[in-house]
Amino acid sequence: MNPTWNSIFFGVYPYLAGTVFLVGSILRYEFDQAGWTTYSTQLLASRRYMMWASNLWHIGILFVFAGHFIGMLTPIFEWLHVPDVTHQWIAFSAGTTFGVVAMIGGVMLLLRRYVDPSVRAAGRFSDMLILVWLLVTLGLGLGTQAITLPELLRGNVVNMHIFRMYLEGLVTFRPDPALLIHLPVLYKVHMLFGMTVFLLFPFTRLVHIWTVPLNYLVRRYEIVRARRTA
Amino acid sequence: MKVRAQFALIFNLDKCIGCHTCSVTCKNTWTSRKGVEYAWFNNVETKPGIGYPQNWEDQVQWSGGWARNKNGKLTLRQGGRLAELIRIFANPALPEIRDYYEPFTFDYAHLINAPESEATPTARPVSQVSGRIMEKIAWGPNWEDEQGGSFDQRSRDSNFRGIDARIYKGFKETFHFYLPRICNHCLNPACVAACPSAAIYKREEDGLVLVDQDRCRGWRFCISACPYKKVYFNWESGKSEKCIGCYPRVESGMPTICSETCVGKIRYNGIILYDADRISEAAVMEGEKDIYEKHLSMFLDPNDPEVIEQAVKDGIPNDWIDAAQRSPIYKIAVDWRLALPLHPEFRTLPMVWYVPPMSPIQSEIDQGSLPTQADGVLPDLSALRIPVRYLANLLTAGDEKPVRLALRRLLALRSYERMKAVEKRVDLKVLEEVGLSEEQAAEMYRYLAIAKYEDRFVVPTSHVENSLESAYAYQGENGFSFDNPKTGVSKASLFPKRRTGTAVENEEAVSGSSNMSSPSGAIFRKKPL
Repeated sequence: MNPTWNSIFFGVYPYLAGTVFLVGSILRYEFDQAGWTTYSTQLLASRRYMMWASNLWHIGILFVFAGHFIGMLTPIFEWLHVPDVTHQWIAFSAGTTFGVVAMIGGVMLLLRRYVDPSVRAAGRFSDMLILVWLLVTLGLGLGTQAITLPELLRGNVVNMHIFRMYLEGLVTFRPDPALLIHLPVLYKVHMLFGMTVFLLFPFTRLVHIWTVPLNYLVRRYEIVRARRTA
Repeated sequence: MKVRAQFALIFNLDKCIGCHTCSVTCKNTWTSRKGVEYAWFNNVETKPGIGYPQNWEDQVQWSGGWARNKNGKLTLRQGGRLAELIRIFANPALPEIRDYYEPFTFDYAHLINAPESEATPTARPVSQVSGRIMEKIAWGPNWEDEQGGSFDQRSRDSNFRGIDARIYKGFKETFHFYLPRICNHCLNPACVAACPSAAIYKREEDGLVLVDQDRCRGWRFCISACPYKKVYFNWESGKSEKCIGCYPRVESGMPTICSETCVGKIRYNGIILYDADRISEAAVMEGEKDIYEKHLSMFLDPNDPEVIEQAVKDGIPNDWIDAAQRSPIYKIAVDWRLALPLHPEFRTLPMVWYVPPMSPIQSEIDQGSLPTQADGVLPDLSALRIPVRYLANLLTAGDEKPVRLALRRLLALRSYERMKAVEKRVDLKVLEEVGLSEEQAAEMYRYLAIAKYEDRFVVPTSHVENSLESAYAYQGENGFSFDNPKTGVSKASLFPKRRTGTAVENEEAVSGSSNMSSPSGAIFRKKPL
């Protein structure tokens, strides 16, 4: 890849996406509480179908995200003295498993969104866009496993180190896009699609992730609100 | 003791004529919008029947309301906090839209636009969700109206439990009555408890249960938690909505729109004072049949000086105490014990109560086929066509005593008034038998039979001045405009506006085809002078 484009895509674009992600989320939270929701369409669908589709999708994609985060941005594996090859095997197997789980659920959701006239009518453009985008990203991610596996069988985990070093630089504001220049293009496309998810995030229903209701575990059941000030 | 005021309603089922005016005015006022076409904050069901959504009373199927666990604690029937969050991706207890019904309109435009043909054109049903022609309308909010549908289906009504199958086979031809339903604005609401994002709340001032539209994130657990299935999911806005007790009206001292427009004058609105410290005590009663009595004992006598003193301490305004004293709710529910809560066994302590219905019986008596009371005219309770057991399953968790008392008192009042009017004599014996005094009977007659507007509705205005730091600070500021920050309507938005169009494309065709209905059409276009 042309070094200029490489540094634009992997030196500039991540910060652009990240800024839109954070600033956009904050602005949307400030100005669009009324639109801040899951936009669930479970009501319009078959309950049994949704039990499978939505659970597979959410569980799969959450584990995939957590895997990326923990494996590449935390030093847990170093702390536990896990050898790099083992680390890569864990990443490979967990990533593939949950990637496939998410893929099955996601395709089920996409199918329903396309086939069911009610869900189709109720959905917005952004709902369809983000689902397709996530599925393409996921598909590309699963595709990279085909490159990772033969290397891994040969005991080569150098790409993993490249990703870790690149991401570490990125989050500490010392980006080094040159690290990626000789990577297979499939990885890079996957990364670009992944970064774009963050770019699209504040403009879609994905914002519901920010307000995951963990507080429910500790709050009291009944809520009484008073209007009077004194 | 902690005194709180609750805006409560009583529906006198004995006078409900099943006209659905309440449903229609409510619909036109609150839910004639995209996303809630299927939602009826007020609907009227014909009982026996499985209702709307289908079979809503069966909590084995729907897991609504509260249950008492082995340790004697209350838990949501659909599961505890952690269980709920685990099910957050897909709620297994959420009704599907077909359990309510797929909302529809009709393709009226076709009646005008259809090409010339042998047969008269028809207006076919069109889904208000997908905009497609529907082959079949399969259910609705009043599908079983006047015993519509097959009895086999209606007989799945869970209030038939404990009734001899032999008897209820006979009901097929013999009885039905109407059950208007709105949100019960419960004292122990399950929807509030189930909301993961704490968006639903009970108002301290009047006890109305509301969904904060800004905080609702569409997690959908309120919908399954409500055992009455009176919280609805707006599929357009992605948020929950429910009956708001017409709070803009109630705050201004008006009755709710369903009550205001009730043709049969069956609805009563008023304030009742209760002891908020005893909510959990009542909801957790071990015996389901004891919940009603305990619930009743929470209500406080608004004329008791001690109660008044505490109420003032707890910040209840004087005019609200006065309204509680004049309220029809305390009289009917507590003094006369005529009204009963709907399904107390759901343990939410509902605050819309019902006077049980008698049944149209006169023609049977005229044929001499029914045993009568001492006056030889009014029927004996055992002869009523609606089995007391059925009403008890509906209103008192199966305890027949309170239902019998209410029905006997209603019958006694009729007997007494009939003798006064027809035989010109006063017979206090019939009243004494059911523990009523002459004064009480006179008042009951006034409230139930005459039912004047000012007796049915005693609604004090809200005290907005208490919710403002300084009323003067808002002088000249409030008004409804887009430049006014106080209205909460901001001009700028980074994000697209909610769609307001309809899924039914043909409606445009209707307005397009007629100049009369189009403001931009030639007839209405003003010529420049």
